[in-house]
Amino acid sequence: MIDLSTTYMGRSLANPLVPSASPLSDETDDIRRMEDAGAAAVVLHSLFEEQLTKDRLELHHHLTQGTESYPEALTYFPELPQCHLGPEGYLEHIRAAKAAVRIPIIASLNGCTPGGWTSFAHQIQQAGADAIELNVYYLPTDLETPGSVVEQTCIDILTAVKSSVTIPVATKLSPYYSSMANMAHRLDMAGADALVLFNRFYQPDVDLEALEVVPHVLLSGPQALRLPLRWVAILHGRVNASLAATSGIHEASDVLKMLMAGADVTMLCATLMRNGIGHIRKILDDMRDWMETHEYESVRQMQGSMSCAHVENPAAFERVQYMKALQKIPSLD
Amino acid sequence: MSRKFKTIDGNEAAALTAFHTNEVIAIYPITPSSPMGELSDAWAVAEEPNIWGTSPLVVEMQSEGGAAGAVHGALQTGALTTTFTSSQGLLLMIPNMYKIAGELTATVFHVAARTVAAQALSIFGDHGDVMATRGTGFALLASCSVQEAHDFALIAQAATLESRVPFLHFFDGFRTSHEVQKIELLDTETMRSLLDEDLIFAHRARALSPDHPVLRGSAQNPDVFFQARESVNTIYNACPGIVQRAMDKFGRLTGRHYRLFDYAGAPDAERVIVIIGSGAETTRETVDFLRTRGERVGVLIPRLYRPFDADALVQALPKTARTIAVLDRTKEPGSAGEPLYLDVVSAISENESFGVPHFQSHPRVIGGRYGLSSKEFTPAMVKAVFDEMKGDKPKNHFTIGINDDVTHTSLVWDASFRTEAKGQFAAVFFGLGSDGTVGANKNSIKIIGEGTENFAQGYFVYDSKKAGSVTVSHLRFGPEPIRSAYLIDEAQFVGCHQFVFLERYDILKYAVEGATFLLNSPYDSENVWDRIPRVVQEQIIAKKVRFYVIDAYKVAQESGMGGRINAVMQTCFFAISGVLPHDEAIKRIKDAIQHTYGSKGDEVVKMNFEAVDRTLENLHEVRVPSQVTSAIEIPAVVPDYAPEFVRKVTGPMIAGLGDALPVSAMPPDGTYPLGTTKWEKRNIAQEIPVWDPDVCIACGKCAMVCPHGVIRIKVYDPKYLNDAPPTFKSFDAKDREWAGLKYTIQVAPEDCTGCSLCFDVCPAKNKSETRLKALNMRPVDPLREPERANWDFFLRIPELDRNQVHHSTVRQSQVLEPLFEFSGACAGCGETPYIKLVTQLFGDRALIANATGCSSIYGGNLPTTPYTVNADGRGPAWSNSLFEDNAEFGMGFRLTIDKHTEWARQLLRTLEPEVGSSLVAEILSAEQKDEADIFEQRERVQILKSKLQAITSDDARRLLSVADMLVKKSVWIIGGDGWAYDIGYGGLDHVLASGRNVNVLVLDTEVYSNTGGQMSKSTPRAAVAKFAAAGKTTRKKDLALLGTMYGNVYVARVAMGAKDEHTLRSFLEAESFDGPSMIVAYAQCIAHGIDMTKGMQNQKAAVASGHWPLFRYDPRRASAGENPLMLDSGRPKIPLADYLSMENRYKMLTKSHPASAKRLWKMAQDDVDQRWQFYQRLAEGETKPAVAPKSAPPVLQTSR
Repeated sequence: MIDLSTTYMGRSLANPLVPSASPLSDETDDIRRMEDAGAAAVVLHSLFEEQLTKDRLELHHHLTQGTESYPEALTYFPELPQCHLGPEGYLEHIRAAKAAVRIPIIASLNGCTPGGWTSFAHQIQQAGADAIELNVYYLPTDLETPGSVVEQTCIDILTAVKSSVTIPVATKLSPYYSSMANMAHRLDMAGADALVLFNRFYQPDVDLEALEVVPHVLLSGPQALRLPLRWVAILHGRVNASLAATSGIHEASDVLKMLMAGADVTMLCATLMRNGIGHIRKILDDMRDWMETHEYESVRQMQGSMSCAHVENPAAFERVQYMKALQKIPSLD
Repeated sequence: MSRKFKTIDGNEAAALTAFHTNEVIAIYPITPSSPMGELSDAWAVAEEPNIWGTSPLVVEMQSEGGAAGAVHGALQTGALTTTFTSSQGLLLMIPNMYKIAGELTATVFHVAARTVAAQALSIFGDHGDVMATRGTGFALLASCSVQEAHDFALIAQAATLESRVPFLHFFDGFRTSHEVQKIELLDTETMRSLLDEDLIFAHRARALSPDHPVLRGSAQNPDVFFQARESVNTIYNACPGIVQRAMDKFGRLTGRHYRLFDYAGAPDAERVIVIIGSGAETTRETVDFLRTRGERVGVLIPRLYRPFDADALVQALPKTARTIAVLDRTKEPGSAGEPLYLDVVSAISENESFGVPHFQSHPRVIGGRYGLSSKEFTPAMVKAVFDEMKGDKPKNHFTIGINDDVTHTSLVWDASFRTEAKGQFAAVFFGLGSDGTVGANKNSIKIIGEGTENFAQGYFVYDSKKAGSVTVSHLRFGPEPIRSAYLIDEAQFVGCHQFVFLERYDILKYAVEGATFLLNSPYDSENVWDRIPRVVQEQIIAKKVRFYVIDAYKVAQESGMGGRINAVMQTCFFAISGVLPHDEAIKRIKDAIQHTYGSKGDEVVKMNFEAVDRTLENLHEVRVPSQVTSAIEIPAVVPDYAPEFVRKVTGPMIAGLGDALPVSAMPPDGTYPLGTTKWEKRNIAQEIPVWDPDVCIACGKCAMVCPHGVIRIKVYDPKYLNDAPPTFKSFDAKDREWAGLKYTIQVAPEDCTGCSLCFDVCPAKNKSETRLKALNMRPVDPLREPERANWDFFLRIPELDRNQVHHSTVRQSQVLEPLFEFSGACAGCGETPYIKLVTQLFGDRALIANATGCSSIYGGNLPTTPYTVNADGRGPAWSNSLFEDNAEFGMGFRLTIDKHTEWARQLLRTLEPEVGSSLVAEILSAEQKDEADIFEQRERVQILKSKLQAITSDDARRLLSVADMLVKKSVWIIGGDGWAYDIGYGGLDHVLASGRNVNVLVLDTEVYSNTGGQMSKSTPRAAVAKFAAAGKTTRKKDLALLGTMYGNVYVARVAMGAKDEHTLRSFLEAESFDGPSMIVAYAQCIAHGIDMTKGMQNQKAAVASGHWPLFRYDPRRASAGENPLMLDSGRPKIPLADYLSMENRYKMLTKSHPASAKRLWKMAQDDVDQRWQFYQRLAEGETKPAVAPKSAPPVLQTSR
């Protein structure tokens, strides 16, 4: 019997497959279907602090727009008996998900101010989430903001959240740090229970006909796997935090590669969007088949087996490999 | 029992009692009573219980007639039932009121008394509506103040239950309904004590029930009706006594004592005024003052006006009275006198003829009218009446408050007369509706009223514009109850929240000597002095005014408040008025902010707090120089070259001086000239669009969507550019037909509201900097002068011959001159572009019947009208009849046209020998199918008229009077969804079914916009509206689809922002269809809670999501064997949720009722899906319409 279990943020999971934060976890029924398909845990879609703030200000604007101006219409909307202007809907979603499934529910928090993060994190814990994933989607465009400030902001947010909750806290971060290893280390030292590698920034596109910049959501392709693969391999064994690999994990082979590089869990998104939630079951079946064929007994057996520390040639994950790769490019002549 | 005070307005005061003492409330919104229904609905949604522990059921009906019917039914089946209404609404209830009273049914209607439309509609207050119900059998109980509105609502409830006479409890619209006062609230215990529950059980026992069935509402014959009618006499005879006993019991419970006729004044008064309503408060205040001067005067205040207890009235008057003046707040033209006057005359006469004579000597009784449509009624006017009564021959049937220079009814009053209210503090604030001034002052009233021992009063005056509207707040505080039911004209504090007002209004005329003046100024305390007009400087110096300035917009911007300066100016007021100690004031302001905005999130509270905190450091006193230095003069309101009527009548109204206009200035039949908005240069835009010819593709979209008609296009001969101002722009016209001509897009800088819809829809982007388009919004200040010159020059360029314009393309049609311009509609209004289009295409031969609503207000509310005329003097003839009858009203236009056309053709044939055969034949055979045909017909008719002038026969004169009807006319019936879907639907149905050639334009905002966002049957499922606070649960009525069911009606559903060419085509097809047509047009609205600068995007999304599928149903197609239904928008491209998320009316439900939102959003998507499938089947089907189309409907054949 193949043992697919793994440990993520101190908690034993039945297998390393975790649907990542996406619209797929909007509905409780879909979360139930994920569990039925074999998901070991679920990361809920993100709660956006800016969205809540924007919603509140918008609501205020629209409720006051045009009021007390014209004698026949001093207001345009009924008085709201009560407003759910905080994360109530999200918290209710956590509660419903917890009631619906037995697998761990990981809430995802996407914000930009320490204040917002900490108050929401506390409420998320109270709603029953098993863990929190902090999605640090911070894109400084100010020419005066140095990288050190960006990094420190990230650390400060993690520290603030850790101090307000007792459940594990993962940090999902971008790869765009000058020293990724150092950043991982600092987050590790600040108490991150897991590092989720990596956040995918949605890159804007240009609509040539409309001459407009448009948000263009591209689902990850297979090549997206390479970036997290490298850093999982580099960090495995060197940080206390669990490592979650995300981006480009579509098939069982991708999962296996990531596990071998050192991931504790692998996160699925694009493949479920394309193939449906039932694809989890196929990946698990394919993993078992491959492991049986190749005589692996457990996931733990392979985890980190091809990490930087455990491969024959660690330089393959480093710059020297880059030079070799370039040398292999065929001549254009 | 602890006494509980609250600072509320009269509507809330009455509604609080009504809500807590009823079980069913059926209403229909109408100003100024709407808030009573809205508050009741809000309390019901919050499940607030009545005094018996159950929350009343609140229902919005389709009309006041419907509300009255529902009330009647609910009463007949035993529920304690009430309603709220005003004016025309009350008139619609009258038929049911006779029935309700005839059946001796206990109920109380609460009425905010309002003017009944006569020569014009007016939303303001008088007793015309209430007096029209005198014959119904309802008891009429009048409140004079906010406290009384609260109290009398309960007394009426008690009295109706005991007497079985239904009650109409009324108070003055606006003056009481909207006046904010600190009042003592009735508690549940008092309400229960006054209402005998056995009487309620008796009311229920009388109800219709199959368990003890009876018949009520029979038809009676001459044998018994009369006797039956007289059988109620004992009931009515007993009613006044019952009311007095209820008042007495109320007095014992509350300490507030009332009598059927309350007398105040000298016990030995010689002169007594009899007056009902809020004017009685002013009269009482004046009487109290005059008595301190030794005058023997008094006031008698009738509370119960019906049943009229004549003896009680006489007994309440002092025996010493020698002259009695009865003041009526209504006018009954042609009567022997107004109602109260006649009743008093009758009561005194009867006393002397049949009773024990009460008076020491026979008193003279004179009657007068005052206060119509909220006309001010001041102590000075009261004194003038008392003074008149001193004379040997006082005027009878006088008026007070106006200058009647025609029939000389008016009394002259000394405007400088004042009563002296001890310790009273008065403050006046000028603001814009959008800057939050009124909201801030309402807060201040509450802070002072509920935070101190002082009494407090607030009254707010608004203008009739929906964009850039001016508000004036009148606030009084003092240790004594405030009876001053009139505006402040002398204030210790004057706030001017908009710097530009200094050049428009005489703000400091309100300031008493030593007053404090607070100005929101972009100039600091060192530089402001030379920036203010000379007359303002003079007043500051002469009155020794303390002058403070703050740049409130800067503080508000820095605090994240945008254009709302409410918190800033409120803080300034408390800081410098000294009404409250500084720290306490700041604390109370912040408490109020927390209370008001706490539920809207921390951010809103924080930014308000920040504004408060930043205010004081930016508030500075100006060191007032001893000399006047300014050269800035207040400009003339309208220029010298304006037409005489505009200079003499319209101008003063624009300047806020309409009160001073004499009777002789007024057209007695309510007829006003067109084209007057052009004289009211409002200059309300902060930014205006600036045209970039290098980028422009001349598509015309900007002009088409411009809600205010300020973006104009002209195509013209280059020779006209000879004297062009230096910054006037043009390019060579791009269209082939216009080769050799010039093309200009010009903006009217002083009429633009800055809504920026034009910028949003402009499809042409600057290739080097894509954020720029062919029109770009730019700050107006540096542009005003040059663009004003450009605009004036542009107006002088002649319009292009209409025959040179392809009407069927947007790019060319927008060269057609709009005959609807510069309306006072909301900036970014979605309705007005459609009306403008009607006037561009058909305006010179259009008659418009306009239902009451937004479009009648921005279309016809004085002082100015946006409808205008072309160079030939032709333009839309416009009228508003009522809300409920607009379709019928418009059909009446058509009937006249048809009849007079037929008559003219008949006369023409008769006069053929004199006129000439060829001309007659040409006129009679002219098809007038397009613009060129109509132009030619006009020429022929002009020749005909010239010939007729020379013919002396009677028939020639007759034909001359109707000859214009030989030129095709275009009848447009325009109104909103409240009219078309609800109150006017019955009439609309009949008119559409009539086959007559009328064009119906439904401006569909999917909500009652003009009265503040109440649900209509057009409101979509899941939208939040008043009376649908938890989201509308039922589907939107598909009026357009219903229209197709007649088979012989042209129907189009359009959305200009989604497909402007489709809109244009639909208008042309509708008008060309020789039968009824109906266009249902999507109109974005401020009541949707949207970004009004991008309203056309909402239209686009409404169509793309399938919420608003575009279609045309043209009966003419059926004759060609085609399906008359053409689906003109494609399959829904975006999820409905994407559209719903753009609008607060849907989004707020996700915040207030998340679970309902989820369910209703899903159902709304299902609605869209199902409807699309249904439409598709209809559009693909081969079924021909039930009624075969015809080139001319049968009703018209007789006219040919």
